[in-house]
Amino acid sequence: MKKERFEERKQQLESLSDEELNTLFWRRADQIVDPLAKLAENHTSPSIERSVLLRMGFNSLEAKEIVQGIFDLDLLGKGAGNILLTLSKELDKDYLQVGKEMIEGKHWKTVEKIFKGVE
Amino acid sequence: MKLDKNKKIDLNEVLSNLEDYRPKRKGWVWRQGLPNGTKLGEYKFDQISENLKESIPLPPAKFFDNIDPQPEEIITSEIASGRFEDDIRRMRMAAWHGADHIMVIRTLGQSHFDGLIEGTPEGIGGIPITRKELRATRKALDAIEEEVGRPINFHSYVSGIAGPEVAVLFAEEGVNGAHQDPQYNVLYRGVNPIRSFVDAAVAKKIMAADSILQIDGAHNANASSRVAWKVMPELLVQHAINSLFSVKAGMQKEYIALSTVPPMTAPAPEFRLNFVYALTLRDLFKDYKFRAQMNTRYIESDLFDATRIHVLDTVLSRLTKADIQSTITPDEGRNVPWHVNSIRGVETAKHTMVALDGIKELVGPNLDNLKEPIRDMKIRAILYMEEIVNEGGYFDAVEKGFFVDSGFFPERNGDGIARKKNGELGANTVVERDEDYFAPVCNHFGYNNVPDEYEKACDAIGGCTIEDPAKIKYIDELDENDNVESRMAPHQEPEEKGLLKPEVEWKNDGLVQLDLTIPDNPDIAEAAALEIARKMGLDEPTVISKTVLHPAEGTYLEVKGRVSFFIDRNKLKIAEKPEILSANEIREYLDEHPVHVVAGTVGNDEHSVGMREILDIKHGGIEKFGFSYTYLGTSVPVDKLIDAAIETGADAILASMIISHNDVHIKGMRQIDQLCKEKGIRDKLILIAGGTQINNDLAVANGMDAGFGRGTHGIDVASFLVKTLREKAQK
Repeated sequence: MKKERFEERKQQLESLSDEELNTLFWRRADQIVDPLAKLAENHTSPSIERSVLLRMGFNSLEAKEIVQGIFDLDLLGKGAGNILLTLSKELDKDYLQVGKEMIEGKHWKTVEKIFKGVE
Repeated sequence: MKLDKNKKIDLNEVLSNLEDYRPKRKGWVWRQGLPNGTKLGEYKFDQISENLKESIPLPPAKFFDNIDPQPEEIITSEIASGRFEDDIRRMRMAAWHGADHIMVIRTLGQSHFDGLIEGTPEGIGGIPITRKELRATRKALDAIEEEVGRPINFHSYVSGIAGPEVAVLFAEEGVNGAHQDPQYNVLYRGVNPIRSFVDAAVAKKIMAADSILQIDGAHNANASSRVAWKVMPELLVQHAINSLFSVKAGMQKEYIALSTVPPMTAPAPEFRLNFVYALTLRDLFKDYKFRAQMNTRYIESDLFDATRIHVLDTVLSRLTKADIQSTITPDEGRNVPWHVNSIRGVETAKHTMVALDGIKELVGPNLDNLKEPIRDMKIRAILYMEEIVNEGGYFDAVEKGFFVDSGFFPERNGDGIARKKNGELGANTVVERDEDYFAPVCNHFGYNNVPDEYEKACDAIGGCTIEDPAKIKYIDELDENDNVESRMAPHQEPEEKGLLKPEVEWKNDGLVQLDLTIPDNPDIAEAAALEIARKMGLDEPTVISKTVLHPAEGTYLEVKGRVSFFIDRNKLKIAEKPEILSANEIREYLDEHPVHVVAGTVGNDEHSVGMREILDIKHGGIEKFGFSYTYLGTSVPVDKLIDAAIETGADAILASMIISHNDVHIKGMRQIDQLCKEKGIRDKLILIAGGTQINNDLAVANGMDAGFGRGTHGIDVASFLVKTLREKAQK
């Protein structure tokens, strides 16, 4: 910000009361933060999906391998937990068991079939 | 697990059955404040909380009925030596001194570990935060909080590239507080900015669901900027970004603490800057909590310098507001903090806060003079944010190096930290959630397409690990060499045999410190100090601090080194403690045989406190048992003391000698003995010396019948007098 511009704006803000100044402070903060929160709302990441699998009862090593596989298939946007539960229904097996089998390399074709329509 | 205060914590017990251990409670706990005017001893307090069941009070407490007022603010101790098993013992020490927020720094590089670390590997500059380490530490803290009688908040970091997983781990394992600030990842850990914010929202929501207190990371700009005070407008901006983002992620404001550090220190006129900044911050963030951290920016290796700075930082906390007063060990600038320095840090905070109890009732800010600088600071922060918005938002501002620039806004010096929106660690790993995105867990931030068949997301799995801990998968160890059992194994045999080594950091580290004043210039003094340490048999001697007393006259140095040998605790000769008679037995004797003593501080010595403690009834002195006394005051000449004893027909003389310069206390004792002999009354009088540098052996060797040192009470002296008088009567 140029010094002249700063001085000019400062002059304008001087007319605000203390309370109005505080309100403006938070309004400006919201202008910065709101887009960040919106971004976070409709995105996910490998760590987020691993955290979901941890909460579903996988250990950290399992979560890491399963999520990596899903990320590599470009299916993270479906949600790792979603993929496991859908597969579990399809195979009629407990999802923890399904996850272990995925680590052994099983079921990935089925995942692609269900979520990508790949035969 | 239950602790016995006379026994060391059993680490084997801590480490046993961890797979089944569940934390006793979860969530952050504040101290319970007591009503204004609560009395402790003779004194009224306005800003204290409930007493501890077990504690070690400040050193002068013995003069104040041993009261140990606990300030209403939480006190933090950062403890993370690299080996959590040794830290547990220090956490217990810190809790006894008044810390109830134990903060564990993570090992170097954990921020960049894409996942959770498991087992108990050794850390560097911190602890690898793992499930096993957290669980063991929480288990120990659960026992320690029972022992001291106050909840202890356990704290670490939800930062780096695995934030959401770490947040889950903390919620599962009963961690009560955490640093979480996506800006910290971006600026100081080189994590991709988008990844950082997307992960942070999920992590924060998990923390919020379990009432984990959040501390932000804005204060790091102080430590990183070239000139600390110039980043003050930016600090307000950083606090605002994280605070508001946290609220949007679902946190309640009372669980969001701003981490704030007074940016400046003397020789700058620090309060002119620090006070304005602290007041501005607290005005803008009224609804939030404050974690006051101490300034480390300008501290090198001088412990006293660090302590002075920390006292003034804590003064600022009490003059403004702090909900948590953090402590920094005074030795942080020279080594991994040592046990004693963790305790000193806590004592500095406790002492200062108790000393300033109710200070705001007595003094306050002069708002006439402060109004303008506070408005100026706010305006700078507002315009700083306008510039961010005008440049395209947060990510663009970061790319352009807006943050941690050393210019005082609007000035910019072009030395800020710049990070690429689509670069850095974890770039291009963030994915848009599809329309059918589903995460079968509750308290999951953001879009979640929960199928209609479920009322809430986690119904799909019948509850997650946070609701049903039985589902948690516990991994014990992954590395058969780098783990706690193998670190503890070499210490088992010495421990069983009762072999001891000094330690400052880790079990049996053997480290000791020497203080030396060498009457020469700093270069010669340093070389001489190392040579002396080697001749004294210390291994790896290192100079850890140096103070120039005068360029040619002298240099003060502190040297650390290791001792290679163990001491057998079973073969140590412990000085026998004299038998103490019961108060009743003493009184009964006095009823039959009145005893009179003459007392005073001899020589040119104006210290009177110790002697009054021994004499006065209200301090539990000998008066309370029925002794009568003539107190002659301070700086009493030896002959006057003896004449008074003759005149009053006293049975004993109690001579206090605090000053010991040039062995004046030894000369004093000999003089009393000599003069009594010359006057022919030595056999009739019991001669007792007391003082901080006196002990029984020294006193007896110099003609006294007994000597009493630090920690002596009236009953010790009374017992000795009665026993000696009885023996005399028998003869």
